[in-house]
Amino acid sequence: MNATARLRAAVATVRDPEIRVLTVEELGIVRDVDAEGSRPTVTVTPTYVGCPAMDLIRSDIAAAARDAGFPDVEVRTVLSPAWTTDWLSDEARAKLVGAGITPPACRAEGRVLLPLMVLSPPKPRCPRCGAADTDEVSRFGSTACKSLWRCNSCREPFEQMKEH
Amino acid sequence: MNEKAVAYVLRLGDDALVAAQRMAALATWAPQLEEDVALANIALDLLGQARALLTYAGELEGQGRDEDLLAYRRDEHEFTSALLVEQPDTDFAATMVKLLFFSAYQRLLYEELSAGDDETLAAIAAKSVKEVAYHLSHACAWTVRLGDGTEESKRRMQTAVDELWPYTHELFASDSVWRGYGFDPAGLRERWLGIVEPVLAEATLERPVDDWAPTGGRDGLHTEHFGYLVGEMQSLHRAHEGVSW
Repeated sequence: MNATARLRAAVATVRDPEIRVLTVEELGIVRDVDAEGSRPTVTVTPTYVGCPAMDLIRSDIAAAARDAGFPDVEVRTVLSPAWTTDWLSDEARAKLVGAGITPPACRAEGRVLLPLMVLSPPKPRCPRCGAADTDEVSRFGSTACKSLWRCNSCREPFEQMKEH
Repeated sequence: MNEKAVAYVLRLGDDALVAAQRMAALATWAPQLEEDVALANIALDLLGQARALLTYAGELEGQGRDEDLLAYRRDEHEFTSALLVEQPDTDFAATMVKLLFFSAYQRLLYEELSAGDDETLAAIAAKSVKEVAYHLSHACAWTVRLGDGTEESKRRMQTAVDELWPYTHELFASDSVWRGYGFDPAGLRERWLGIVEPVLAEATLERPVDDWAPTGGRDGLHTEHFGYLVGEMQSLHRAHEGVSW
């Protein structure tokens, strides 16, 4: 395994601090890994501009790299192109459902304009029983990326990762 | 140094910073727990925008000022935020009306900037516009619920709309900074009205007449509320210079 592949494998083990079932790679925020240059670099992109987990993610990546033999890794942040929930892998979506979080809907190909006002967002299915009869409790949840819902069939509360 | 670019990006960053500071101060004061969570989320989004924008303004300036120095070591007259965002949260109605007016403005401006020539600004705007869409929809929902609610909630919403409306004119007041870089928000007022007027109508609230139109924020001339806000925001950093978590 070359150095870049080793570094990539180390970075792939880092978990999102807020959604622990997902690794940063499954979340789609690792843009580039390069251990061939003068200083090994990992490039990441934030999910939300103000995501408070980003500092922890950067230090977790640096720690994982150190453990894999890269003591002087640089963790770079790039903003463009902006992260979108479309970058979540199918595996990541399945894991979210397993953790009781409905994944965001996938947007169609091409540029889709956001509706001007989302007074009634499309309803996610309950991750527990699969029912479509759900109600939004709050547009804003325990982390910036999630909203709160309730299933009217099995009565369980659940979270949805917001389409972004 | 591109002075026009610095001034332009600073305005965007200062708007987001001051709006974030106002919103963050409401944490634990919302009428219900879900709303506390919502207001804290919105404040965090705005703070994230402010950090990215102020960092970028500092880079463009090239004088070694980072986001902290720009937020914590400037005095009142050096902030170029709009007068609207510094208005106090005298009532939950005022908070929501301010959010409605401001997020509709940010929504349109960020959408334009995300398609602009400045790649960094476009990236920040592209990210932020999605967040702001949620803020706007939240404000719309509350405006309709409270405006078309009880006699008391309607009265307080109308008071907030009447008191804050004059400050919205400044958002669209063109000058050499707005014309000198990026996108001039002066051209957005018609579209802004296209968002805000139907919401007020649905909320059975009166759209105020266009009359008094105070300005000054963009030139560092702020209302009497601003000094207190800046004082509170900067007190920790000024007492313990360079402090971090």
